Amino acid sequence: MLNNKVYIIVLYLLFVFAGLPKAFGDEQTHKGKESGEELIEDVESIFNVKGFTFSHILDSYSFHITNIGKTIISVPLPVIVKSKDRGWFVFMSSKFHHGETGYKGFSIAKEGEPYAYKVVETLPDGSVVRSLDFSITKVAFSLMFTVVLLCCVFIPIARKYTKNPLKVPSGLQSLLEPLVLFVLNDVIKSALGDSYKKYAPYLLTVFFFILTLNLSGLIPVFPFGANITGSIVIPGLLAFFTYIIINVSSTKGYWREMLWPPGVPLWLKFPIPVMPLIEFLSSITKPLVLMMRLFANMMAGHLLTIVMMSLIFIFGAMSAIIADTVTIVSILITIFMTILHILVAVIQAYVFTLLSSVFISAARVKDEHYSKKEITEKIKV
Amino acid sequence: MELFNPDIGLAFWMLVSFGIVVFLLGKYVWPTIMNAIHAREQYIVESITAADEAQEKLKNIQKEGNELIAKAREEQIQILQDAKKIKDKTINEARDLAKQETEKVMEKARQTIQKEKENALREIRRQVAFLSLDIAEKILRKDLDNKNAQMDLANRILDEINMTKQ
Repeated sequence: MLNNKVYIIVLYLLFVFAGLPKAFGDEQTHKGKESGEELIEDVESIFNVKGFTFSHILDSYSFHITNIGKTIISVPLPVIVKSKDRGWFVFMSSKFHHGETGYKGFSIAKEGEPYAYKVVETLPDGSVVRSLDFSITKVAFSLMFTVVLLCCVFIPIARKYTKNPLKVPSGLQSLLEPLVLFVLNDVIKSALGDSYKKYAPYLLTVFFFILTLNLSGLIPVFPFGANITGSIVIPGLLAFFTYIIINVSSTKGYWREMLWPPGVPLWLKFPIPVMPLIEFLSSITKPLVLMMRLFANMMAGHLLTIVMMSLIFIFGAMSAIIADTVTIVSILITIFMTILHILVAVIQAYVFTLLSSVFISAARVKDEHYSKKEITEKIKV
Repeated sequence: MELFNPDIGLAFWMLVSFGIVVFLLGKYVWPTIMNAIHAREQYIVESITAADEAQEKLKNIQKEGNELIAKAREEQIQILQDAKKIKDKTINEARDLAKQETEKVMEKARQTIQKEKENALREIRRQVAFLSLDIAEKILRKDLDNKNAQMDLANRILDEINMTKQ
């Protein structure tokens, strides 16, 4: 223990002293700068925090890998756009030269302009419009990659099951079977009961889809690392699918309880339908909350990790001696955040599946006619 | 905020991707896995019941075996006891027989001895008679010249002796 502590302290001091000569060197160039605002402006001119953060969180038209000096290394992705009058255009995003130049009237809007970071078309009259954009962006590419990944993982496993269903699972199968069983038994079956077989394919797919997307966002190397579930469309659509399934599988009883809630005084329902309105709103809020929870969790995780990493560069731009200390601290915090994010990634996939199954089972409530007497008895119990 | 702007193109690709995933996994993977797991669960349940039954059977068989062994042991003891009895009986019988035989032999011997004794006695008597005759002859030589008269006298005396004896 003591040895470890000494080792850590020595390492820490090494880092600090390594920065000293640099710090003295920098002091001369920083001479005359005393105002804090000036310092911040100075930092921003060296390192653009907002741009750095958003370029990592937002969708983009190419898969950025790293910068070596001034050269940007990235994987270009296909841009598919429809011009307002000229029809469809398909070209690689490398034609934009990382957003520096336009191509055939198209360009990527800069930060601060309308439709920032998106492909826009400059019409002959000089006005800028957002074009209909079906580009395979970073997130779209990651989605497709995830689809391929999921199929490559699960189809061989399914084949293994068909070949010898009674054999002890082996390899990847034994890794994933407990997970599948956990979701199937503890989430889907416990919420939906006997009718689980109808909904299990959707819910299992949702679980593994979200889990893979969440975890792939945590791996910072191509072809992973896109903030997929932190893009509002993805959780939004998933929640929308759940909403459709809730409504398709809903029973008469569900609508009766929503539109004519039992056990509620008549004046709350009849002239002005206060309770039905609240109930209806809550039924819409459910998928919205489902979406927001997943989106906010994953987005916040990415944001925090990136901001923590940015601290290194911010303080690096200010002063070298602080930078070295901050580097260690922020790396430690980033490691902690990443571990926390792994947990969040799994929990969010679980929660989304759990709540989806709970909402579906709530919509499948049996059509029961309660008399006033029965309801009062129920309340008493 | 760019963060909250839904993108139609992305929504389209999401629809396509998720549709493919749901179709492929929902049709080919999850039902297969669920059925296989269900089959395996059933198989395990069946195996456990079969194992239980087998164990029960084994227990019964063991019980039966134990019973058989106990029975055999009892029989063995019985047989041993019987054998002992038979042995004792045989020995006793043999002993009795031997006794009887011995007694018979003894009886015969005794009879023979008796006979021999009688014979001997008779011989002795004759000898004695002869001797006494001789003696008497010598004594009576003077009295009895006739040999026949002498013999008659002697026989008469001997008969008298015999008669007194009987």
